[in-house]
Amino acid sequence: MSIVLSNIKKIYQMGDAHVAALAGITLEIFAGEFTSIMGPSGSGKSTLMNILGCLDRPTSGSYMLDGEEVATLKDDELAVTRNKKIGFVFQNFNLLPRMSAQQNVALPLVYAGVMKQERDSMAANALSMVGLADRMYHRPNELSGGQRQRVAIARALVNNPSIIMADEPTGNLDSKSGNEIMEIFTNLNKEGRTIVLVTHEIEIAQYTRRIISFRDGLIMSDEAV
Amino acid sequence: MFWESIIIALEGLKANKLRSILTMLGIIIGVGAVIAMVSIGMGVQNKIQNSIASLGSNLLIITPGATSPSGVRLAAGSNTTLTNKDAQAIGRQIEGISAVAPSVSKQYQLVYGNKNWMTTVQGTTPEFVSVRNFNVELGRFFSNQEVDTRTRVAVLGKTTAENLFGAVYPVGQTVRINSAPFIVVGVFEGKGQSAGGMDQDDVVVIPLTTAQERMMGISYIQTISVQAANPESINQVQEEITSLLRSRHKLAKDMPDDFTVRNLAAVMATAEETTNTITLLLGNIAAISLLVGGIGIMNIMLVSVTERTREIGIRKALGATYRNILLQFLIEAIVIGVTGGLMGIGLGIGAAYAISAIAGWNTAISSGSILVAFGFSVAIGLFFGIYPARKAALLDPIDALRYE
Ligand SMILES: Nc1ncnc2c1ncn2[C@@H]1O[C@H](COP(=O)(O)OP(=O)(O)OP(=O)(O)O)[C@@H](O)[C@H]1O
Ligand SMILES: [Mg+2]
Repeated sequence: MSIVLSNIKKIYQMGDAHVAALAGITLEIFAGEFTSIMGPSGSGKSTLMNILGCLDRPTSGSYMLDGEEVATLKDDELAVTRNKKIGFVFQNFNLLPRMSAQQNVALPLVYAGVMKQERDSMAANALSMVGLADRMYHRPNELSGGQRQRVAIARALVNNPSIIMADEPTGNLDSKSGNEIMEIFTNLNKEGRTIVLVTHEIEIAQYTRRIISFRDGLIMSDEAV
Repeated sequence: MFWESIIIALEGLKANKLRSILTMLGIIIGVGAVIAMVSIGMGVQNKIQNSIASLGSNLLIITPGATSPSGVRLAAGSNTTLTNKDAQAIGRQIEGISAVAPSVSKQYQLVYGNKNWMTTVQGTTPEFVSVRNFNVELGRFFSNQEVDTRTRVAVLGKTTAENLFGAVYPVGQTVRINSAPFIVVGVFEGKGQSAGGMDQDDVVVIPLTTAQERMMGISYIQTISVQAANPESINQVQEEITSLLRSRHKLAKDMPDDFTVRNLAAVMATAEETTNTITLLLGNIAAISLLVGGIGIMNIMLVSVTERTREIGIRKALGATYRNILLQFLIEAIVIGVTGGLMGIGLGIGAAYAISAIAGWNTAISSGSILVAFGFSVAIGLFFGIYPARKAALLDPIDALRYE
């Protein structure tokens, strides 16, 4: 069992008003699953992803990741959890512009305390898994959007995480690049990796095996494809 | 992880070369200024110490006339209270003295061939040489017997000898002092300038009695120079001389001294104190520029943290801890401090040499000031870096990632 959420709430205080971005989410995601989350804008998808990715903490509720409660971890413990167990892919790639693709991919390993030589070979390995072995020394601005997102995916999986999160990974890409990215995710899932992604497009969601629909911070439907 | 942080920090600096160098410039100038200024102060101090030491060590100088309450002494020559007998009494009766030299002096015209030279003629005894730290370079000094017989012999200071004789070997030549012929028996080694900036080599020394009786027509003396055997006894010697002279001059209890005993060690202590103050002042002014350099570091680091908020967010999202980010920015600040400090040391040493070469001032580079300035620049990097670094390390990853 990989992820167990019970009654997760995220309340934002805006002056006098409370905004419940998440109004009580209970959810289980098993190891090896390939899940997509859909829903209208503002329904709380990113909020949930940030909590799942240990970038944020819920206001209340419990989040068990690999059997460990992470909702109450301290900042630095969350950082270590992000580093060891989670690979995050962002809509806008979030690569460091002054570093080569290989250096970008190796960055999580730097914070994991891996030695330079090992880091380089692991990063090269991850890059070849996303088909970018020949672009290792390019900087992000020398790559296309699809290639950048593939670098970001390589970075997300270089640490061999329990789960890969992707918040609208194809949102900034044309449909061809988007499909390429989804092929990569599909292959990674076939290799046994757990993947959760957010998308607006049903064609993208159709690559996955389970679709969770959101509305107003609550799960509307949760069905296998 | 520590080395990683250093490499990340260096890369951060490299990415913004011009800005990093401009930031360093503040530290470079600050450290350079501290080292150059302190070296000037130390140079002045060394010079004063040397010239005082060249006057003679453990020296007491007795002059006639009291120091008036206002500190103004009566005109030289108007006091006739000291005699050669006083000097002899001091030499005989006071313990802990290694030499006593009575002397008189007056300006006279010296003539040799077609050259003439106006200089100070000192009449004294052979002990003058050891009391005033003179060394005879050519020939010899005159003897006690020559003093007793009022012989017309002269020992020249280096400046005087050069001006009168040029290339001619002076010893054995006859020189006219105020038209009386004197045989030159010796020439002193050069001593350089005194603390007051006077040329100590512009002098002629002749026997005391010759000067008193044949030249000036006086029986009193103007100065008694006394050398104490060791620095510890100098104060006691000073007191004993005072009471001896008071009793010799038959001064009643309520009468002031009709002479003044000055201790050069005390003068030296004052001079040292003054130059220490000057050094400190110069150093402090320079330290302020170092501080300004430090504020420059803080300013740039704050800008850098704001500018790189997104980078910080990404690093945190990938697992960087508070410590990782703190270290990254702190090391960046310290690297600026250290590199700036090292370059500043180079600049300071260069400036000190340039100042002594161009302006002709004495400078003395002290390893102490280098260490302090360098330590300071590292500390400034640390101190002014810690606030921006903390600010960066405390950023929330979500907020940092959302930052536009
Ligand atoms: N930091 C915040 N402060 C206040 N309210 C917030 C904050 N972050 C999100 N919200 C609110 O929480 C709700 C959910 O936002 P979220 O970003 O999760 O939506 P989303 O489903 O990802 O939308 P989109 O599809 O447009 O990305 C929104 O109403 C939003 O205004
Ligand atoms: Mg969103």
